[in-house]
Amino acid sequence: MIPPQIWRPLGILLAILLIYLGVRSFFVPATFYQYGHFRGNSLATIASRPVQYAGKKACMDCHDTIGEKPYHSKHKTVSCETCHGPSLGHVEDPSQLPSLKPTNKEWCARCHEANNARPKTFPQVVIARHYPDKDCMICHNSKKLEKKP
Amino acid sequence: MAPNINPAMMEALQHVKGYIFPNELELQWGILIVIYPYLTGLVAGAFILASLNRVFHIRQIEPIYRLSLLTALAFLVIAPLPLLFHLGHPERALEVIITPHLTSPMAMFGFVYAWYLMVVLLLEIWYDFRADIVGFSKTKTGWLGMVYRILTLGFMDTSEKSLAVDDKMGRIITIIGIPSAILLHGYVGFIFGSIKANPWWGTVLMPVIFIFSAIVSGIALMLVLYVVTGRARNTPIKTECMDAMGKFLFYALVFDFALESLDWFHRFYEAEESIDILVLLVSGKLLFSLVGVQLILGTLIPLTTLGLTQVLEIPKKPRKIMYFWSAILILIGIFAVRWNVVIGGQLFSKSFAGFTTYKPDLIGRESLLVGSILLIMPFIILWVLTRFLPPWRGVGKEISHSS
Ligand code: HEC
Ligand code: HEC
Ligand code: HEC
Ligand code: HEC
Repeated sequence: MIPPQIWRPLGILLAILLIYLGVRSFFVPATFYQYGHFRGNSLATIASRPVQYAGKKACMDCHDTIGEKPYHSKHKTVSCETCHGPSLGHVEDPSQLPSLKPTNKEWCARCHEANNARPKTFPQVVIARHYPDKDCMICHNSKKLEKKP
Repeated sequence: MAPNINPAMMEALQHVKGYIFPNELELQWGILIVIYPYLTGLVAGAFILASLNRVFHIRQIEPIYRLSLLTALAFLVIAPLPLLFHLGHPERALEVIITPHLTSPMAMFGFVYAWYLMVVLLLEIWYDFRADIVGFSKTKTGWLGMVYRILTLGFMDTSEKSLAVDDKMGRIITIIGIPSAILLHGYVGFIFGSIKANPWWGTVLMPVIFIFSAIVSGIALMLVLYVVTGRARNTPIKTECMDAMGKFLFYALVFDFALESLDWFHRFYEAEESIDILVLLVSGKLLFSLVGVQLILGTLIPLTTLGLTQVLEIPKKPRKIMYFWSAILILIGIFAVRWNVVIGGQLFSKSFAGFTTYKPDLIGRESLLVGSILLIMPFIILWVLTRFLPPWRGVGKEISHSS
């Protein structure tokens, strides 16, 4: 016969193990191992979210001449909604305008602030030393540029 | 100032030497990740020292046997805290336990930890202190008495026969416990050793070195605690116990030192492309913490003093003093070992052509302040534990269950 001083502590450990397994089966989401080490129906959850972006092609249906503008011609490699924000609503109903038309310096700095980590060929300026007192768009949205400092 | 560099970057670059990749500027693992292996090392070391006594019946270190177990517990309780503070989202730690992944060594920690805490340490302590718990449960009243009564698990028998069963179980658990302790700390070494992209960490010797340095630090800690508790409780500090621990400490340190040297011979002879930057690291950024603290202060000086106690006939009193201060130096040295591994591995660039700098914050979530609190907490817990389960059997003053 096993004395109680052996089976009692071991019983407690066993109970803890069983509680763990119980808690686990309760907390692991139902579809967790369906495709791999993640919640299977997270794909469906993500897919069910409303679409926000229309894509550049859709914009070009109506704005096919936008690329002629100096600022836009320089940014033709960047997709429209990167700057103008998700605009599906605008495509479906043009009177509902895109949410963004950012021209402030902080915005330009996101991509153009000089940073050694960026590829050398990417156009970068130290914003604090590149016409600090003027608005970027005055020069960069016109055909005529002054001299680069 | 270079023309095409912005001021914030300029500021950061002053702390950088040579060429580093942008994501290496700031260290991801700071002071808390230094403390984490330090604490688990002390746990494993204290436990292995206790096991030596238990399995090989080394009578001389009997006085610190039960104290070592409580010390291991006190440090083990705190060991995960540095990780949780570092991650900053303690509740997410549970997800790793609910849906663990075998390819994630970090996820395995929860299980190694749970196994070691519950199956090894708590059981071992329970069997060792059961007779005392039963004794206290009969005399203590109030909520404290209640706790003791719950801890007896309703089994009050303290006859010779049942004590023999306790002893037997204790031995079995110790035998399971030694590999578990090695697993616990070897696993921490494995987390570093398995990172093959980092030449400072990625060596198979890493877990082995971690275990030996853990044993060294554990013995040193118990030696210090033995002296300190002896002083505090006004009980005689037995020379034979100190001698035995000093001897273990010496041989463990010799082993540890030999392994570390082996690691270096290996690196030098292999002379992989990373060797140049590692030599620069050791002779530059890590000069103070590796050569100064780890090697000279924490290894060579204690090796010499402990070595002298082994070969010369030194009178009792200075001998004990030599043991004590060697142990203190070793504790500092092993902390430097952890620092050099964790911080050193992140100071040099994976380009092997540059260095960054690390300065811990003074206050904040991952700071020296939090670090020091985490290093002091185990001692407070240990103090509470020794009140609750006095480990002083065979130390001098006997415990009386009626007080
Ligand atoms: C169905 C045609 C149509 C499509 C497709 C379309 N737009 Fe427009 N967009 C318009 C019209 C019309 C205006 C002028 C509305 C006004 O001035 O009231 C306009 C104006 C704008 C403006 C100027 C808003 C302002 O505040 O002055 C922006 C920016 C713009 N569109 C961006 C986009 C983007 C980005 C897309 C693609 C996601 C897009 N448009 C797709 C018809 C369209
Ligand atoms: C790099 C950011 C950026 C990108 C990319 C961009 N735009 Fe713009 N867009 C602007 C800014 C800034 C303005 C406001 C110009 C101004 O106020 O002078 C603007 C203005 C407009 C206007 C209003 C007409 C005007 O000239 O003021 C339209 C229409 C427009 N954008 C459409 C588009 C379309 C279509 C695309 C994609 C082909 C696109 N934009 C891509 C930043 C951008
Ligand atoms: C989303 C990132 C992004 C933002 C925001 C952005 N740009 Fe650009 N910009 C680009 C890219 C991409 C190019 C094209 C680079 C290329 O062709 O190599 C470019 C090109 C340019 C150029 C042409 C440089 C040259 O030498 O060809 C100028 C000027 C410019 N941007 C100004 C601005 C200004 C001013 C703003 C703020 C109003 C701005 N950009 C905001 C991404 C951005
Ligand atoms: C006074 C006019 C002026 C203003 C204001 C101005 N720029 Fe410029 N910028 C220039 C000129 C001129 C050049 C050189 C054009 C060229 O080389 O094609 C230039 C070049 C650039 C370039 C390309 C650098 C390269 O190496 O190719 C970027 C990016 C740029 N500017 C961003 C900005 C941003 C962002 C702002 C706002 C903070 C700004 N600029 C404000 C005149 C101006």
